[in-house]
Amino acid sequence: MHSHAATAELQQFTTLSRILHWLTAILVFSTLLIGFTMVSSVSDYATLLKIHKTLGVVILAVVIIRVVNRLTHRPPQPPPTVGRFERILIVTSEMALYALLLAQPLVGWAMVSATGRPVVVFGSLRIPRIAPANLDLYWVLRETHSVLAFLLVAVVAAHVSAVLLHSITLRDGMLARMTFRLPRTRSRHANQAGVGEPAAPAASVE
Amino acid sequence: MQNRLTRAFGTGVPLDRRRILLGLAAVGGFLAVDLGAVLYAGGWVAGERLTRQDFIDAFKRVNGSHPGFRRNHAKGVAVAGYFDSNGAGQEFSKAAVLRPGQTPVVGRFSLAGGNPNVADMIDTPRGLALAFGYPGGQQWRTAMLNLPVFLDSSPQGFYDRLVASKISPATGKPDPEATARFLAAHPETARAMTVIKAHPPTSGFGDSTFRSLNAFYFVNESGGRAAVRWSLAPIGQALQPLPRSSGPNALFDDLIRQIGSRPLQWKLLVTLAAPTDPVNDATVAWPAERRVIETGTVTLTSVETEHAGNARDINFDPMVLPDGIEPSDDPLLSARSAVYAASFRLRAGEPKSASAVNVGAVAL
Repeated sequence: MHSHAATAELQQFTTLSRILHWLTAILVFSTLLIGFTMVSSVSDYATLLKIHKTLGVVILAVVIIRVVNRLTHRPPQPPPTVGRFERILIVTSEMALYALLLAQPLVGWAMVSATGRPVVVFGSLRIPRIAPANLDLYWVLRETHSVLAFLLVAVVAAHVSAVLLHSITLRDGMLARMTFRLPRTRSRHANQAGVGEPAAPAASVE
Repeated sequence: MQNRLTRAFGTGVPLDRRRILLGLAAVGGFLAVDLGAVLYAGGWVAGERLTRQDFIDAFKRVNGSHPGFRRNHAKGVAVAGYFDSNGAGQEFSKAAVLRPGQTPVVGRFSLAGGNPNVADMIDTPRGLALAFGYPGGQQWRTAMLNLPVFLDSSPQGFYDRLVASKISPATGKPDPEATARFLAAHPETARAMTVIKAHPPTSGFGDSTFRSLNAFYFVNESGGRAAVRWSLAPIGQALQPLPRSSGPNALFDDLIRQIGSRPLQWKLLVTLAAPTDPVNDATVAWPAERRVIETGTVTLTSVETEHAGNARDINFDPMVLPDGIEPSDDPLLSARSAVYAASFRLRAGEPKSASAVNVGAVAL
C-alpha cells in the first residue's frame, strides 16, 4: 500500500517556477493586506493606494510570465497521496488562481480608468487607460474588485491549507516541491512509515 | 469504505492522530493569522482608529440619506471653461499646465453640507472644484472653498465637528453642549473661526475668492521644491451690479444668470510659504506679505445642470495632481482622498435623482 510513496523520487518544480511562485505569494499577500487596510484608512490612504496600484501592475507582469511558463513547462506530477478526486480539485484551484490573479489587476486598472483620472504607478509613470470614463462602469468594476479580493483570500487560504495538510499530516513532501532545499531521500527514517521525509522544516518533528 | 476513501484521496500513508492534529494545528494557525489580519486591516475588529466608514456613517447620521448625491457638497452645478497660463508658474513647477498656453477646465460650484436640497444661505461655505486638462494624463484636480482658512487641522477634528453639528430635532439647531465640548477639545477650530469672522463672505459665487487651504509642493525642472497654497481671485465680477435672485436657490440662480450673460474670470494666484510657515495645518493663515505669483486666468464660460457624464460624475480628489505638483503632509489631504473615494463608490451605485439646481429653469 505504501510502496509507491516509499520509492518515489521527490519531483520539484523548476527553479524559475519556484521563484515565480514565491514572488507571487509575497506580492499578493502584501497587495491584499494593503488593499484591505487602505480602504478603511484615512491618513494613510493616499500612500497605501499608490503602493497598491504599483504592486498591482507588478503582479500583472509576473502572472503573465507565469502563464507563459506554465504553458511551456509541465509541472511535476503530484505525489502518490493525491487521488483521483483531489487531482481534479488541484487542477481546478490552479486554474482559479491563475484566473483570479490575471483578472484582479486588470479590473483594478480598468476601474481607475473608468473614473476618468490618470492611471499613475511607480510614483509618476502614467499608463494608458483601458476603459472609458463612465460612472456605471466604474461601479461595476469597483464592486468586482472587492469580490475578487475576497475570493483570492479564500482560494489562497485553501491552497495553503491543503499544502500544509499534505506536508505535515500525510508527510508526502508536497511543500518541498516548491521550496529551495534539496529533498532528502529516505535515509534514517527508512524503517518508519515509508514516505520520503519532506524537506520543509515545519514537518521535521521527529 | 476505507479503500474507497483512500483511493479517492489517495492516502497510501498510515495516518496517526499526532500528525493529523499537527496538520490541523498548522492550518488553524495559518488561517487565524491570515483571516485575523484581513479582519483587522479592514477595520472590522479591534480598532480604535478612525476609519473611512466612520465618516460615511457620521454624514448619514447628520444629513440623512440622499442616494446618488455626494456625502458633502451635495448641492451643486457643473461649469466649464479654460485656463490661460502666462508661464510665470514655470519657475516653480514643471507642470505642463503652467507653461504658457490654454488648458480646458471642467468644474463644479457647490455648497458645503450633505443635503442636496438645502436652501442657499450667505454663510454656508461655497466650493469651487476644478479639473484642469480633464480627461488627460496630466490632470490637476482641486476642490477649493471661499474661506480664508479651514476649520479643522486634522481628520479627527473634522469628524468631531461633523458629529457635533447634528441638528437637534427639538431646537432645529446643534446641541450647544456638544458644540462647547467640541470647541474645548479643538482650540484650533475656535482660532480658525475668529479668522473666518474677520473675512465675511461676498454676496455670491461669482465674486468669491476660493482657496486651496491645504498646502502643496511645486516641484520645478531642477528638482527645487516650494511649499505653496493657491487661490482664485475674482476679476471684475465685484464691479458689476450683481443680479439678486430670491428663494432657496438664490445664490445658484445668480451664478447661472451671471455666466449666462458673460464669462466669469478668476486669477490663479500661487502663494509661496516662508520656511517658518506651517505646511500641514490648514487652520493657520500665512502672513499677507508672502510672495504671490499670478500664474494665469481661469475663465468659466458655461454652466450646466448636473447630469450623467459631466462634473456630476467626476470625483474632485485633491490628490489627482500632474507631475510638478505634489501633496504636502497635511493629514487632511489623504483623508479627503479617502472619504471622497468612499462617497464616490457609494453614489456611483445608487439611483440618481435630479439636482436641485436646474439651469434650464432659470430665466436669464
